[in-house]
Amino acid sequence: MAALLEAEGLTAGYGQTAVLHGLDFAVEERGVTALLGANGAGKTTTLRAVCGMIRTGGAVRLAGERIDGRATEEIARRGVAHVPDGRGTFMELTVEENMRLGAYTRPNRAEVDADFERVFGYFPRLRQRFRQQAGTLSGGEQQMLAISRALLLRPRLLLLDEPSFGLAPLVVQEIFAIMRRIREEQGVGILLVEQNASLALDFADQAYLLETGRIVVSGPAADIRRDESVRRSYLGY
Amino acid sequence: MDGLAHQFIAGIATGGIYASVALALVMIYQATHHVNFAQGEMATFSTFIALTLIQAGLPYWVAFVLTVVVSFALGVAIERVLMRPVQHAPVLTHVGVFIGLLLIVGNLTGWVFGYTTKVFPSPFESEGLLFGGLVSGHELGSTVVTLAVLLLVYLFFRHTTLGLAMRAAAYNPASSRLVGIRVGWMLALGWGLAAAVGAVAGMMVAPVVFLDPTMMLGILLYAFAGALLGGIDNPMGAVVGGFAVGVLENLAGAYVVGTELKLTVALAIIIGVLVVRPSGLFGRVVLSRV
Repeated sequence: MAALLEAEGLTAGYGQTAVLHGLDFAVEERGVTALLGANGAGKTTTLRAVCGMIRTGGAVRLAGERIDGRATEEIARRGVAHVPDGRGTFMELTVEENMRLGAYTRPNRAEVDADFERVFGYFPRLRQRFRQQAGTLSGGEQQMLAISRALLLRPRLLLLDEPSFGLAPLVVQEIFAIMRRIREEQGVGILLVEQNASLALDFADQAYLLETGRIVVSGPAADIRRDESVRRSYLGY
Repeated sequence: MDGLAHQFIAGIATGGIYASVALALVMIYQATHHVNFAQGEMATFSTFIALTLIQAGLPYWVAFVLTVVVSFALGVAIERVLMRPVQHAPVLTHVGVFIGLLLIVGNLTGWVFGYTTKVFPSPFESEGLLFGGLVSGHELGSTVVTLAVLLLVYLFFRHTTLGLAMRAAAYNPASSRLVGIRVGWMLALGWGLAAAVGAVAGMMVAPVVFLDPTMMLGILLYAFAGALLGGIDNPMGAVVGGFAVGVLENLAGAYVVGTELKLTVALAIIIGVLVVRPSGLFGRVVLSRV
């Protein structure tokens, strides 16, 4: 069976500058794949490339179907939800409106309302903040809102860009605990970008290590976690 | 006293027109951060379409609805054909395109419909004044129509998914794409809506100022003053600003500067706002915690 997401020789860049130099990676159905690497390795760019936010070369397949070269909104409509770098919150709108926008492509209001409840089950705090302007939420709450917005798309594939960024350790733990539940309950594949390698390797089944736009190590997350030399030279812990 | 009250109410009536055009300006400004100079010319063109339909024998309100629909379609078409190719171009390109559009639509109107001033019918009984001479039938009717349009636009943006998506696309296009909103089409819809609102304003003001290809020039200035006064990024502010400018202009015209210098009031407001409070009275303040 084909993987949920497959990238083959994926290249991308900004203007004249190439950032990704031909990446091959995959996310299995219901699997979690982590992209690790230092600042500037091309992790965020990889996520942006997958969902068509920048010009790319090579092939990207979602459940066997080519999605590269398509517009971001069309890729989203095929079931790819991206929690972007900076969380992508609609600051001027309320929490409710942000969530409604997450479900924008879904016509069935009853199903969406049921999913609202499901999301409140994961993040009860969003229920309390429901009518509040999203810009006034704390960083952790905004991250929860961003994940909720992505889930409300009913995605097949979730792209998560540094969900731990700028958050207190306790909040990070809370969010990752909920992401484990989401992974089990929602049957969604996840492509995770994370600076916190230890956290990411605990969560993922597959991991790829990026260095200046190339994959230098790849394999099962557990193996990479055990590999002393990889840990010392690339992950720094 | 009655004179003052009448001037005030007449100001509300014209203010409604300014409010509509100001709202049309703000709708496009919010989405693109540019002011559509051709908004007034587009409204004039629409009003001529209405006149043609009425002269062809259609009942007023049928012509009204048809004009709104056609204007909406024309607005969408202008965005798709003219604005889309330059969407990533620098500001000056946009200014150039807007000025070009202004000249083209203005001259097209004259070429197609003629430059002579025409009488435009009012659907509201215009003989005599109501409420003891305070308000004319047309003033009352056009104010009601204007308020209805503003209310509809408000309800559309507040309470429909499409309206929410249009607001989202204006605030944050990148995130909007990530949730599957077709941002380009939202922009086109915004142009369509703005053109439709402008068309209503044109049809409501034409019986008062008479119809010719330059009818909306002055009105666009007042509307711009209103939009700036209320805050160019705030639709509600623009509406309030439009009404305020209408009343101010009328009172100043009647009691202070005289009718010949009325337009100066608009210019004075524009300059005053830009100097004293560039964000306008209700300029949006976004709370944000990082």
